Amino acid sequence: MPEMTEPVAAAAPQGAAGTDPQPGPANGPDKQAKPRSLWGDAWRDLRRNPIFYISAVLILFLIVISLWPSLLTSTSPYACDLAHSKQGPSAGHPFGFNTQGCDVYARTVYGARASVTVGICTTVLAAVIGCLFGGLAGFFGGWWDSLLSRIGDIFFGIPILLGGIVFLSVIRGGSVFTVVLLMAILGWPQIARIARSAVITAKQQDYVQAARALGAGTPRMLLRHIAPNALAPVIVVATIALGTYISLEATLSFLGVGLKPPTVSWGIDISSAATEIRNAPHMLLYPAGALSLTVLAFIMLGDAVRDALDPKLR
Amino acid sequence: MRGAKSATWVAGAIVVALGATACGGGSSSSSAEAGVVRANWGDPQNPLEPANTNEVLGGKVLDMIFSNLKRYDPKTGEAKNASAESIESKDQQNFTIKVKKGLKFSNGEPVTAQSFVDAWNYGALSTNTQKNSYFFADIEGYDKVAPAEGKPTAKTLSGLKVVDDHTFTVKLNQKLSTWPVRLGYNAFAPLPKMFFDKHDEYLAKPVGNGPYAVESYDKGKQMKLVPNKNFTGENKPQNKGVLLKVYTDSNAAYADLQSGNLDVNDDIPAEQIKNAKSDLKGNYLSQPAGIMQAVTFPLYKAEWNKDGMEKVRKGLSMAIDRKAITDKVYNGTRTPATDLTSPVLGDANGYSKDVCGDTCTYNPAEAKKLIAEGGGIPGGKMTISYNADKDSHKQWVDAVCNSINNVVGDDKACVGNPVGTFGDFRNQITKGEMAMPFRAGWQMDYPQIENFLTPLYATGGASNDAKFSDPKFDELLKQAGAEADTKKATDLYKQAEKVVLDKVVSIPLWYQNGTAGWSEKVSDVHINAFSLPVFTDIKVKS
Amino acid sequence: MGRYVIRRLLQMVPVFIGTTFLIFVMVYALGDPVAAMFGDRTPDPATAAQIRESLHLNDPLWSQYLQYMAGIFQGDFGTAFNGTPVAELMGSAFPNTVKLTLVAFAIEVVVGVGLGVVAGLRRGRFVDTGVLVFTLLVISIPTFVTGYLLQYFVGVKLGWAAPAVSVDVRLDELILPGIVLAGVSLAYVARLTRTSIAENIRSDYIRTATAKGLPRRRVVGVHLLRNSLIPVITFLGTDIGALMGGAIVTERIFNIQGVGYQLYQGILRQNSPTVVGFVTILVVVFLAANLIVDLLYAVLDPRIRYA
Repeated sequence: MPEMTEPVAAAAPQGAAGTDPQPGPANGPDKQAKPRSLWGDAWRDLRRNPIFYISAVLILFLIVISLWPSLLTSTSPYACDLAHSKQGPSAGHPFGFNTQGCDVYARTVYGARASVTVGICTTVLAAVIGCLFGGLAGFFGGWWDSLLSRIGDIFFGIPILLGGIVFLSVIRGGSVFTVVLLMAILGWPQIARIARSAVITAKQQDYVQAARALGAGTPRMLLRHIAPNALAPVIVVATIALGTYISLEATLSFLGVGLKPPTVSWGIDISSAATEIRNAPHMLLYPAGALSLTVLAFIMLGDAVRDALDPKLR
Repeated sequence: MRGAKSATWVAGAIVVALGATACGGGSSSSSAEAGVVRANWGDPQNPLEPANTNEVLGGKVLDMIFSNLKRYDPKTGEAKNASAESIESKDQQNFTIKVKKGLKFSNGEPVTAQSFVDAWNYGALSTNTQKNSYFFADIEGYDKVAPAEGKPTAKTLSGLKVVDDHTFTVKLNQKLSTWPVRLGYNAFAPLPKMFFDKHDEYLAKPVGNGPYAVESYDKGKQMKLVPNKNFTGENKPQNKGVLLKVYTDSNAAYADLQSGNLDVNDDIPAEQIKNAKSDLKGNYLSQPAGIMQAVTFPLYKAEWNKDGMEKVRKGLSMAIDRKAITDKVYNGTRTPATDLTSPVLGDANGYSKDVCGDTCTYNPAEAKKLIAEGGGIPGGKMTISYNADKDSHKQWVDAVCNSINNVVGDDKACVGNPVGTFGDFRNQITKGEMAMPFRAGWQMDYPQIENFLTPLYATGGASNDAKFSDPKFDELLKQAGAEADTKKATDLYKQAEKVVLDKVVSIPLWYQNGTAGWSEKVSDVHINAFSLPVFTDIKVKS
Repeated sequence: MGRYVIRRLLQMVPVFIGTTFLIFVMVYALGDPVAAMFGDRTPDPATAAQIRESLHLNDPLWSQYLQYMAGIFQGDFGTAFNGTPVAELMGSAFPNTVKLTLVAFAIEVVVGVGLGVVAGLRRGRFVDTGVLVFTLLVISIPTFVTGYLLQYFVGVKLGWAAPAVSVDVRLDELILPGIVLAGVSLAYVARLTRTSIAENIRSDYIRTATAKGLPRRRVVGVHLLRNSLIPVITFLGTDIGALMGGAIVTERIFNIQGVGYQLYQGILRQNSPTVVGFVTILVVVFLAANLIVDLLYAVLDPRIRYA
């Protein structure tokens, strides 16, 4: 339980966090509508950043094909004929066929739904739990820290494979929902540790100490002053984690405890292509490429959001 | 620069420490020793006791260090006398077994009738928790040493009697003419006195009477075997020993074989088969082994057993393109099934090239018709359950389902259902909780058609997972058991097999091949009917 | 400081009990391990009953747990199903895994922080994009794919390294698996360092230090790096436990009989002594790493103090 010393000197607030108010966006966390907020500034910044638009378009595209895969292909991912097994690209089948003789292009398009859902939902869930536990532990310190951090430690000790097998066999899981739940339960402690360390660091920045000295309430302190400054490492870890969750699903499939058929996912296809890499590399290339693109989109989004939140960049 | 400097120091220290350990641990005990065959192995699942070893990894060692009463010829699979002088019976129920004189264990103890009787009694007694105990279930008195409920009331089998140093008699519960064929199986191995007196010592370094003796055993890492000086049998080792190296994954062993760190590999991953011939410059073979794979129906579920379902089951069997799957998914390391046994048995022991007939022949049009006539797949959807933890069953299950789906014209009529662990999978089967068809694999214990029928399909059979029961089938088995003439007995077993096939209790899929690849350092590599390399024959080039 | 450490050590006790119990419950929930021991054959009822009795499987869960914990405090970690004592398994597995983890950790720290610093200092330039592409590749190709690829090309085709680790587990054989194992964590470290550096480089104290005329190397090496390392070190702390226990795939591919491999076997065979024993040690390592990281906060940032 780290206890912070009192500030050496209460310097004047640095970084214009919440000093000159303007109306925040609809999802602004501060309910007392101030004319201008940090979040409002961030949103404005974001809208001026081309990286944000590129990533937003990519993510939108991924969401659209997740919802309506038939927009991009009329081939069924389940129409498989062993006669085409492992054949390379040909007319009408730009990505070739996999071992089962299914169209790799159709499977890559249809695989987006499960993979993107697993990635986004797991990240959101793990980040929300992680920020809550880590943020509170770092901010309050003392007994809160001990309790919340040790709860995280208990979950950190569970091997993901054991969790996966238990989920698959006891809960008879294998659906997207159970895989998300499993990975979020085992993934949040990492984000919590990062969030805690970021909050501990942010907490004793001069302007935060100043805000406290000026009598800011706890929720206001957390949301207005600490959160924006502690978010950067969390965003970095969360955007990478999103990619690793998608490929962790591949590893779970590889070990036989991931999503169950007939679900189509990049993870399932990557795992079955892995051992055929010498015979049919195209089977691996496309689902792995789609995964890369998704991770890229989210990393760029994370970078843009982080930049927008950084008052020093203004 | 303080921070950067200390970071450099830390990094430097780590590198130095790593380097030091690297040099320290340089004793290369796995490098090639002249005349010794280096072969792949895996950690056995059980202690290396003959009656406790029921999987191939432990079996590989027991095969080398024990010489049983019978030995299966590596080429023909025929059971020939090895440690036995003779095995005789007048009534197919009482057997007199004479053990060859002058045989010795590798520690110098003599092999006598008592060595066998003690070993079998140990294997049967339920408090010794030997996993092959059921092999003794046909011997009189088994129900006393291993009662289904409660404590055993006897320590020894009443059906076993030592007559003199080299003769003992066996009385079975019922007539079973083919019983002696089993005596080549490891569970029937003789045991030295030290097994009972110094059990820990035995487990650390097992002692047997076979062609090889264990020189050193580093659990979980490797085992070094050398020719047993006391061995007098025919199959004397043609090399100076075998080093069994434990691998965590078949791909790792294959990589080591290509790099010359391994001489014999009998577990080549299916996806490498295509490359194996060129990778290994022809030092590669693949031939059927005594392993049969099938999909079994849960006949205890009414929806799979009601009237008309025989047609659906047959239709499903005909909807599977075995040839395409064995070619494309398995690169020819499986052979489409034509009966319920295995080609390694040969005609003499009950293999048949055509008994399954059109049921095992791919015929989409007829399959679709039969499935429709029988009322269709129950509920319109089916799954095939398999354990996902090993052997990549997913690939063939998906292929079988796709084949069925293409025939019935529904993308999702059949899907695979992975079960996390083998344990969970087996539990669901033994408890009768499977509502849908599931994968079934049968690795023979001894090369005889009876081993492919009685345990799997007899009423109350130990591995009758379908809970199949048919009085005609049971009666034929009984007749075959009482038949003294081996040929007539085999014919009766074949008739029984036909009963099971007509009812389509399970869908025979394919026979698994044994594969082996070897380095340029060795020659004369063969595999036997149990898909194990015949180590005694392997020659090492000097 | 001393009191703080003692308090943290005491807190390990409930975490230890919590984790072991949770793992015990999970393995128990997997069901009866006896059926799996008999292969494709239904167990002989008499033998199965005897095995269940000898493993105390008929006792209630809490009683099995207490018996197990009582054993641990007497130094008895139980026996794996193949008759090997779990303590012996741990004795042979942990040194291998510790070696592998050290190699991976060294790669992760040196390469990860190095790439991160370079990318952070040259934010938005070509090098930064290069590092981004590299991390993307590492993240989106699962470990088993990189593992097989490197094993085949570097190990078999080029012959630069042994494709499979021998029984001696020499350190030079561990470099290849170390790279594979470090991969994804390396991406985290590089990106965390980059962000942190990019953020702090605009801080007042850096501007001050530069304005004072300090050499650039000193500004970066001392002031910038030191202040940017907190999130990186936090991650590294959480990662060391993950590296040790999470090497299941890497150890399997490269034939390392380590913790991940034994844990995998234990889980598949539903052998609670193996699983709980190994996880127990991992949890202790993990807790210790976290404690060290928390103490390092105070070293890196003097404003953070522990009472």
